[in-house]
Amino acid sequence: MISYELIGITVLWLFLYGYLIVASIDFGAGFFAYYARLTKQDHLINRLISRYLSPVWEITNVFFVFFLVGIVGFFPDTAYYYGSSLLVPGSIAVILLAIRGSFYAFENYGSKESIVYLFLYGATGLLIPASLSVALTLSEGGFITEQAGVVSLEYFKLFTSPLSWSIVALAIVSVLFISGTFLTFYASRAADQSALKLMRNYALFWSTPTIIAALTAFIYLSQHNERHFQNMMDLWWLLALSVGFFMLALWLLYSGRRYGLAFIAVMLQFFCAFFAYGIGHYPYILDPFITIQEGATQESMGIALVIAFIGGLCLLIPSLALVFKLFLFDADYVKGKK
Amino acid sequence: MEIDTVLWSRLVTGLTLTFHVIFATVGVSVPLMIAIAEFVGIRKKDPHYILMAKRWTRGFVISVAVGVVTGTAIAMQLALVWPNFMKLAGNVVALPLFMEVFAFFFEAIFLGIYLYTWDRFRNPYLHWLLTIPIVAGAGMSAFFITTVNGFMNQPEGFVLEAGHFAAVNPIEAMLNTATPSKVFHVLTSAYMTGAALLAGIAAFTIVRKGATAYYKKSLNLMMGVVLVFGLLTTVAGDVSAKFLAEHQPEKLAAAEWHFETESGADLIFLGWLNAEREVMGALHLPKALSFLAFGDFNAEVTGLNEFPPDEHPPLIVHYLFDFMVSIGFLLLAVSVLYFLFVLWKKRNQHNKLLLWIIALCAPLAFLAVELGWFYAEVGRQPWIIRGYMRVEEAATSSPNVMPLFFVFLLLYIVLGVLCAIVLRRLFRNNPADAEFERYMQSKPGEGERT
Repeated sequence: MISYELIGITVLWLFLYGYLIVASIDFGAGFFAYYARLTKQDHLINRLISRYLSPVWEITNVFFVFFLVGIVGFFPDTAYYYGSSLLVPGSIAVILLAIRGSFYAFENYGSKESIVYLFLYGATGLLIPASLSVALTLSEGGFITEQAGVVSLEYFKLFTSPLSWSIVALAIVSVLFISGTFLTFYASRAADQSALKLMRNYALFWSTPTIIAALTAFIYLSQHNERHFQNMMDLWWLLALSVGFFMLALWLLYSGRRYGLAFIAVMLQFFCAFFAYGIGHYPYILDPFITIQEGATQESMGIALVIAFIGGLCLLIPSLALVFKLFLFDADYVKGKK
Repeated sequence: MEIDTVLWSRLVTGLTLTFHVIFATVGVSVPLMIAIAEFVGIRKKDPHYILMAKRWTRGFVISVAVGVVTGTAIAMQLALVWPNFMKLAGNVVALPLFMEVFAFFFEAIFLGIYLYTWDRFRNPYLHWLLTIPIVAGAGMSAFFITTVNGFMNQPEGFVLEAGHFAAVNPIEAMLNTATPSKVFHVLTSAYMTGAALLAGIAAFTIVRKGATAYYKKSLNLMMGVVLVFGLLTTVAGDVSAKFLAEHQPEKLAAAEWHFETESGADLIFLGWLNAEREVMGALHLPKALSFLAFGDFNAEVTGLNEFPPDEHPPLIVHYLFDFMVSIGFLLLAVSVLYFLFVLWKKRNQHNKLLLWIIALCAPLAFLAVELGWFYAEVGRQPWIIRGYMRVEEAATSSPNVMPLFFVFLLLYIVLGVLCAIVLRRLFRNNPADAEFERYMQSKPGEGERT
């Protein structure tokens, strides 16, 4: 019988992976929309982007809150350590998320188009993943100290750490690569040739930086947290699979066919890498303060959360399927006929 | 220094909640109004009501967006500003917090579908059916969050062992003694406020631009909802007072400046306290407090002096309570008056004075919601978890809270102003009657969404 805290962390990690994918599409789309406007190519893709994003942006945001509430629920100690140390960076992330969400709604459901809104939308699309990725850096340990009951963050160490910057870089380029691949696929479904060509170029352009940033972050991780690095090396087959899926996606994008499969390959690439990272992190949630076993909530609460989660999924999966059916796989909607 | 951090922590959270509550109330209540309008429209085959549902939805999504971002802010601030609270209480209240996100997720999904499928179903009732998960999701969100607040007032479902909560029963914690009365009160007052908002907009437009069929129907429909939920809110308020009298007597006593335990206690309205803590210049309703608290004019009501002085809530809550209750009764009275005018043919329910009062009721209703939450939160002081954790034990130790207050204040001012501008622009350049004509011409072809 697998223990409830393991179920908990697995579920949360799956959710974080879900957020990584859907949020990357959203964040990257913001950047591409702004960049296309700057280079006067916005007429090609902005309609496509808004057609996809309009019905789903709130869903994206909820994925994040889900992870947040879930991790505090399953592992209340995370609230104490991360909450105390992340007051400032966390608040910055909140403000960026607030600006992004509301400005998107103002622009989209309001009336007038505004370059300022679009700029904020594009800029926050890169800044949010950068600020959120700080939490991953902190989890490696060495940046948070606890002295006499006061938890604090060592900003100088964080800002001068090559690990933290390599993770930030990885977050940003991954966002652009995932988003580029998805929008290529979406453009091909909409049979929009000019948008397809542009998005395919973006996707191909950001593919190589993604793999370079991943390798760089991996090397810096080996210097910062030897244990985590070794654990991940033991999972070499997952990393190899990840690279394999990356090559497949690249080949499909390059040869210009099966864009849907290319996007699935990218999803699997990140799935393998993300789980290799996560499993390698075990048993720590925050090295060395919180482990999965000791940081877990009471058993009764853990079980209640797992049951609530299963019940919730039974409601959500059919609803999400309906959304996908109506907006993602309905060819007429995608083409703008509905 | 320590006290300062605590005060700033309270201010940051209070600020976020004050701002969020406006949008949360709209988010909970307006879906019901949309559902009612669309249903009436389909039923009566009256396109005015369909257009009403469409226009309200369009305004609604913008306020939902602000509600989502401020809701995210409060979710993060719980952990960032109150890490010790979440560490302790997270063990017991994680379940409703978790389920709240599910409920909201559910609502967001169907709202997305609802928005973009106006003309995609042949049977109009199918589209209307989509409002049910939206209304239910919004109501469930309110329910789950309110249970957490209930827990902070009536912590149950655990045993305290060496500073930690043990033997946790999440369901018992969620369905604590405070939950039923609180949820009832929150939901009925939210629906009343949402209806008052939409009625106020209709009344204001009629005063400014003359009565048109669209706004008359809108006003009439929403005043009906105000009347129904005004009555229910009165009942809910009464239930809440009886709950407080029995389970949290210090909170009721503070709101009523009821210091000495006595039978046949008077209800005190407004007034002030002199240096000896004697009530001056107040309106006394003989024995009414006993009746409010126990449904018996001679019942004994516990006074504040029964409690240790360092556990007294601030006495300012008296005014919060009085104004909240007054506004609630005012709204009820105005809706009754409106329908008396409707029934009594000699009087015109669209006379200017009444319309102005109805328009004024919209901001007042929101003020009452704010005052009610202020009372609920300030009245619980000095506790964050009543009887177990004081507010100063729960706050962050980080010294950076003070600047954050001003950053968030700026953020909310910007968001609030922009939201108002966007909403104004959305509707001012597109009056209902002009849109109605376009709508009738374009029917049954393309919907008017671009």
